[in-house]
Amino acid sequence: MAKFRPLSRGVAVVGAGMSKFGAFPGKSTRDLFVEAFLEMRDSVDKGFNPAEVDALYIGNFSSDLFEGQGHTAPIMAEWVGLAPKPAVRVEDACASSGVALRQGILAIASGVADIVLVGGIEKMTDLPTAEVTDTLATASDMLYEIPAGFTFPGFYASMATSYMHKFGATPESFMKVGIKNHENGALNDKAQFGKTIRQVMDDKIAKSEARGLPIPVWENEIAFLQDARANPIIAWPMRLFDCSPISDGAAALLLVSEDLANKFSEDPLYILGTGQASDVALHERENLTGLRAAREAARQAYLMSGVTPADIQVAEVHDCFTIAEVIAIEDLGFFPEGEGYRAAETGVTGRTGEKPINTSGGLKSKGHPVGASGAGQVIEIWKQMRGLAGDRQVAGELEFGLTHNVGGTGGTCTVHIFGRR
Amino acid sequence: MDIPRHWRLRKQRYGLVGEVCESCNAKVFPPRDICPECGKEAKTLYTFSGHGEVYSYTTVFDAPAGFDETAPYTVAMIKLDEGPLVTAQLTDLENRKVEIGMPVEMVTRKLRNATDERGLLVYGYKFRPVMN
Repeated sequence: MAKFRPLSRGVAVVGAGMSKFGAFPGKSTRDLFVEAFLEMRDSVDKGFNPAEVDALYIGNFSSDLFEGQGHTAPIMAEWVGLAPKPAVRVEDACASSGVALRQGILAIASGVADIVLVGGIEKMTDLPTAEVTDTLATASDMLYEIPAGFTFPGFYASMATSYMHKFGATPESFMKVGIKNHENGALNDKAQFGKTIRQVMDDKIAKSEARGLPIPVWENEIAFLQDARANPIIAWPMRLFDCSPISDGAAALLLVSEDLANKFSEDPLYILGTGQASDVALHERENLTGLRAAREAARQAYLMSGVTPADIQVAEVHDCFTIAEVIAIEDLGFFPEGEGYRAAETGVTGRTGEKPINTSGGLKSKGHPVGASGAGQVIEIWKQMRGLAGDRQVAGELEFGLTHNVGGTGGTCTVHIFGRR
Repeated sequence: MDIPRHWRLRKQRYGLVGEVCESCNAKVFPPRDICPECGKEAKTLYTFSGHGEVYSYTTVFDAPAGFDETAPYTVAMIKLDEGPLVTAQLTDLENRKVEIGMPVEMVTRKLRNATDERGLLVYGYKFRPVMN
């Protein structure tokens, strides 16, 4: 167990911005990062001068394979006017920008930097789907997992199989997570899917009608999601609408040392806790219904912040697949083991529930440009805690928020806790 | 994919050869020369029996290149009798329903279609239900 060490110097977020997530054939990573940077710049209450930024930490999984471009950090620094400041690319699969955030925090806490730009970028849609799958596969064990014919949906599906066997959940339990997250995403103008599952279903019916085809009859969203023609099985029990999409997108955050925070804003978002952990490949785990790295990262972040799971009022968790949200809310201590699957159904994790999860729509509906997802989660917490989340705003004064970002099948996890004080 | 990358793994792939830790007797697969249980050096080769049971599984419908000819197929985590978990495809299932806890044994099969540019056929372990 890692010893508890508080940060030597406090850190606050004073700016946050993102591009829209989605498929943008007309935009490169550079365009998307500039878009995120400009929105971040405009979000800084008292403004900031890019010349004052001491370093860039940018999360990116695989620009090499997705775009044929390596060494991306200095290019991004140059594109937003930061050169010759140090620019560091961080790669930890889908947790790349969660780790970039942590690196930015540690750079400030160490004293070598006062102002840090943290980013996340990924441009996935240039490649055909089969090559995207092959690229994502490199985040797992290429020697011992991929030769068996495993895929990322397959890994999470086998966690789901294990979970159902152990706790009695059904594929429908996971569908309800997707329905909830699509409802949230429909209220987020940055989301890739701005539609609820009900709207997707109604659109299909309308389309059949317009074309004079037989009109499908689905009693409700669950019946729609159970229909293999509408929602094909990808890796049983995970179907298409259990999986996050292939996305392009970028996110940017401005971090400053605590003592400088009020120079930028009277309402900074303080980093109260940061945690990170790693784990063995999935085939070496003794337990497939929890992520050890997530539990350890959460333990560190709770300990550093003095905040408990019960205190968290809003959280963005890594729902790359619906089963992943169920496991995440248990690993984070929000629900006892084996009970997380009921949360979406009972509404506890809905926007008006006691523990709103993924109000942005999550990776499921907002989109999952893998290297940008971790930083993107922070933007939702920033908006929620400042009361800027519009129609999806969680009611009441929000004091504590959390982000949970996972790389691969839980090989890497970061947890961050944010607060206003 | 490059040939040496597969050739290096021939002992593991064809013979399920791992290691045993001389200090704590843990059986190690894949072999890595350091015992994951006690952290001591573990370089003694150990051939697994190839018997185990299904720990978890999924049936892949949306298959990656090289596997599409046999989709849908079932992949599993197998808990070997000696302890470690391995990831492998299940084969010879015919119409049997896969269940967690089902006893399985190792067989050698072609792992993927020869679809890469070198036409490389890759063989290795799969697991089939134990015939009663």
